[in-house]
Amino acid sequence: MTDAPDRSFQGLILTLQRYWAEQGCVILQPYDMEMGAGTFHPATTLRALGPRPWNAAFVQPSRRPTDGRYGENPNRFQHYYQFQVILKPSPDDIQQRYLDSLGALGIDWRNHDIRFVEDDWESPTLGAWGLGWEVWCDGMEISQFTYFQQVGGFEVEVVSGELTYGLERLAMYVQGTDNGFDLEFGGKKPDGTPFTYGDVFHQAEVEFSAYNFEHADVGVLTQHFKDHEAECQRLLKAKLPLPAYDQCIKASHCFNLLDARGVISVTERQAYIGRVRELARGCCAAWLESPQGRTDGAEGE
Amino acid sequence: MADLLLELFCEEIPARMQVAAARQLEDAVTARLKDAGLGFKAAEHFSTPRRIGLFVSGLPKEQPDITEERKGPRVSAPEKAIEGFLRAAGLASLDECETRADKKGDYYVAVIERPGQKTADVIAALVPEVVRGFHWPKSMRWGGGNLRWVRPLHSILCTLDGKVVPFDVGGIKAGEVTFGHRFHAAGEIKAPTFDKYKERLREARVILDRTQRKDVIWREAAHLAESSGLEVERDDALLEEVAGLVEWPMALMGTFDAAFLDLPPEVLITAMRSHQKYFALRDAKTGGLANKFVFVSNLEAEDGGKAITAGNERVLNARLSDAKFFWDQDRKLHLDDLSLSGIVFHERIGFLEDKVERTAALALGIVGPTAEKDVRVNVTEAAKLSKKDLKTSMVYEFPELQGIMGAYYAAALDYPEEVTRPIREHYSPVGPTDEIPTGVVGQVIATADKLDTLVGFFRNDIRPTGSRDPYALRRAALGIIRILVETQRKLHLIPLIQSNYALHESGHQRLAAALDKAEPFSVDETVSVLLSFFADRLKVYLRDKGARHDLIDAVFALRDKDGNPPDDLVAIVARVEALGAFLDTDDGKNLLAGYKRAVNILRIEEKKDKTSYVGKAVKKLMSEEAEKALAGAIAEADKAAAVAPKTEDFKGAMAAVARLRAPVDRFFDEVTVNADKKDVRENRLKLLSQIRASLEGVADFSKVEGG
Repeated sequence: MTDAPDRSFQGLILTLQRYWAEQGCVILQPYDMEMGAGTFHPATTLRALGPRPWNAAFVQPSRRPTDGRYGENPNRFQHYYQFQVILKPSPDDIQQRYLDSLGALGIDWRNHDIRFVEDDWESPTLGAWGLGWEVWCDGMEISQFTYFQQVGGFEVEVVSGELTYGLERLAMYVQGTDNGFDLEFGGKKPDGTPFTYGDVFHQAEVEFSAYNFEHADVGVLTQHFKDHEAECQRLLKAKLPLPAYDQCIKASHCFNLLDARGVISVTERQAYIGRVRELARGCCAAWLESPQGRTDGAEGE
Repeated sequence: MADLLLELFCEEIPARMQVAAARQLEDAVTARLKDAGLGFKAAEHFSTPRRIGLFVSGLPKEQPDITEERKGPRVSAPEKAIEGFLRAAGLASLDECETRADKKGDYYVAVIERPGQKTADVIAALVPEVVRGFHWPKSMRWGGGNLRWVRPLHSILCTLDGKVVPFDVGGIKAGEVTFGHRFHAAGEIKAPTFDKYKERLREARVILDRTQRKDVIWREAAHLAESSGLEVERDDALLEEVAGLVEWPMALMGTFDAAFLDLPPEVLITAMRSHQKYFALRDAKTGGLANKFVFVSNLEAEDGGKAITAGNERVLNARLSDAKFFWDQDRKLHLDDLSLSGIVFHERIGFLEDKVERTAALALGIVGPTAEKDVRVNVTEAAKLSKKDLKTSMVYEFPELQGIMGAYYAAALDYPEEVTRPIREHYSPVGPTDEIPTGVVGQVIATADKLDTLVGFFRNDIRPTGSRDPYALRRAALGIIRILVETQRKLHLIPLIQSNYALHESGHQRLAAALDKAEPFSVDETVSVLLSFFADRLKVYLRDKGARHDLIDAVFALRDKDGNPPDDLVAIVARVEALGAFLDTDDGKNLLAGYKRAVNILRIEEKKDKTSYVGKAVKKLMSEEAEKALAGAIAEADKAAAVAPKTEDFKGAMAAVARLRAPVDRFFDEVTVNADKKDVRENRLKLLSQIRASLEGVADFSKVEGG
């Protein structure tokens, strides 16, 4: 590692990618689909199941339509980045490896108070849960740390350790700014100053907030949800867990948009979550029967 | 004598679980030691965020030898039987047996000497059992293994008198090493004895003793505060939690923007403590909150904590600026206008909006139609506003401010204190030591809110089981008991439960989820299960005050003419107290004995004759003075006791039955119940049943122990 790591937003990403590549991770690119969190990435959800070892790291843009604030709240965005690491089986020194990644980012433990504070994780839509912590740096939550125990309703055979860095939070911390839009993103403008996060994303926050809350077509989304649900089930019958899981992700995003439009009643909400969970369960079950997922899946297959 | 040191070292244990886990470790290990015949002098447990452990001193080096004798067959028994016996006893030949004689002749006895096992061997076998059988509120697996622990378990230190006790659990070998502070002292530490262990951990920046960590935190916090003319807001729960988050506590002081002091103090304190675990500070002279806070880091930073303080200040300022935003936004909304529509209270019970309506109705029912008009107006207004703050941003962000924010926002709309205070207090009391609401309106709404909750859940057969009480229903019932008893508010619960049940039933907004579930309890079933729940809670409440649980049973077992149990908690408590006082007197004790004697005779005779002797004895069949006197005394006592419950003069009722003591004693001394003449005998048995009936009019003495 260099002595003075690049603290720009893209610099953080590059540092983390380099660090985790050195730790033996496959560096994936973001999954090309809208999802609420990096955990939805098939490289996490599906790969967490079955006996095969797996180490991967990737940035995942995460969309949470209800968190849109029209670009007016400096801390809350409907689109943000997570940096996700999955290590399977979780190595004995996973905490130390995580701490060393903070060191690589220039967070020196000698002057910063880093703490692992109880925070259990659960995803009702994925039928998944795990135990772990949120990681605090000087009182600020900068990461989530989870040992997966169950995914898609299935007890995992080998436990994965999942690390999720909230990149905006982390960048605000290392850059010492309270406004996410003021973050130095990277690159260079003609005047020599770097592009800011606001330069890159502010307009998107405004427009997507309007879309999520006002313009998303409820009828179309409702129909899309049904279509993706049916397509997922059809693909599951054809024993194609990966394409089926794409449909599950799409259905989940339609649900999130409908939720943001405020058209889902409390009871319906539970029902929708149950339907997505059912799809996720089916995909996980099919994955466990597939070459990469099953117990007898020979290496050469 | 030998000393055992055991430490289980793992990744960060949730603060709230540490002490209970260390205690469990001590209990489990010491119980097994005792079972193995290994006594000890003392045991103590300890815990930090990364370890739980145990020190047991004064253990013997080995178990005592045990001699066991096993009786064998007769010397004349067939060879096969003798062979089988030898095999079972683990003996090679009859030479190893003794021969003994009894009346029937000679037989073999195997005398088996079992040498005591070494203590180390016993420990090596029991610790893995304890680890595998350990109960955490939530546990997990990690890596490719199958062991379960709260978080990954990394090492086990186990020594007896400084020597490693060798064993293996899930691939972890017990040894004599541990680890110090995560950052200050990475690397192994050799710590074979408890003294060395404590000393070397201290050098490695771990304060093992929780009390000591708390002392350090509190002392440092107080010192920092004092240096700025401030005082630390005492908060024992926070102190306990923080002591579970650090191994090497370093208190630091930070500052936040003074402009935030405009926020209500409860908001400031909550923002500091609930997420950030900071201690609030007050001006030592004025008592007002200061724009400073103390927090505890787990690090002795090289820069003296400058960066850590700056980071924490930034986090708090951001949180307070959120809170300020909520405070400003929420006050722009009118609490009156906020709609609770669509908020589900519980999927089986229905919407919050309906709950508020029912609570208001119930509260009016409790104050009664004779209450002053302004009390009724305030009850209605406060009840209707009581839950509205759940729609505000502040309560969404800080749920523990519910009620408190409602009161502030209502005050902002110029509602009088008679309305705002009940809004603030209607969740009280939240625990056995929490205060009950201060005024009638608050007490009534708090009671109504809790009773509506209880009826809603019990009606749907959702009740606490064992240690599980996710909706805090026990706390709700205790809250009602405390409010009613402490304010001596007389209230018949049955009609209130019935009318509230009817509102639950007619709730027009039923949720789909409620429809496909089981049929709810009927109103009578709900009344019955709920009252026995109150009886159980009342037992706990009164037991803490020293009352006997059997007396509470005796009072609750009473039935009125409609077959209903007593439902006025104040009257029940008064009756239990009167009964307790009565049974402490000589008259009470003797009368109880007489009652039990009468009931025993009746039970035997009624069973034998397959009939019941309930009824009134007639005078003309009485020959003895003693039975005539008793009949007269019963008639008088019944007359007096019949008046007493109406006037709720329970002491009077007890005094009335107390007068039976002498006639009852005399009756048993002088009269033979089982007389030769059939009609005389039956008449006397009827007289006994009258004793039973008289006493059972006051309390169900069959539930009373002793006598």
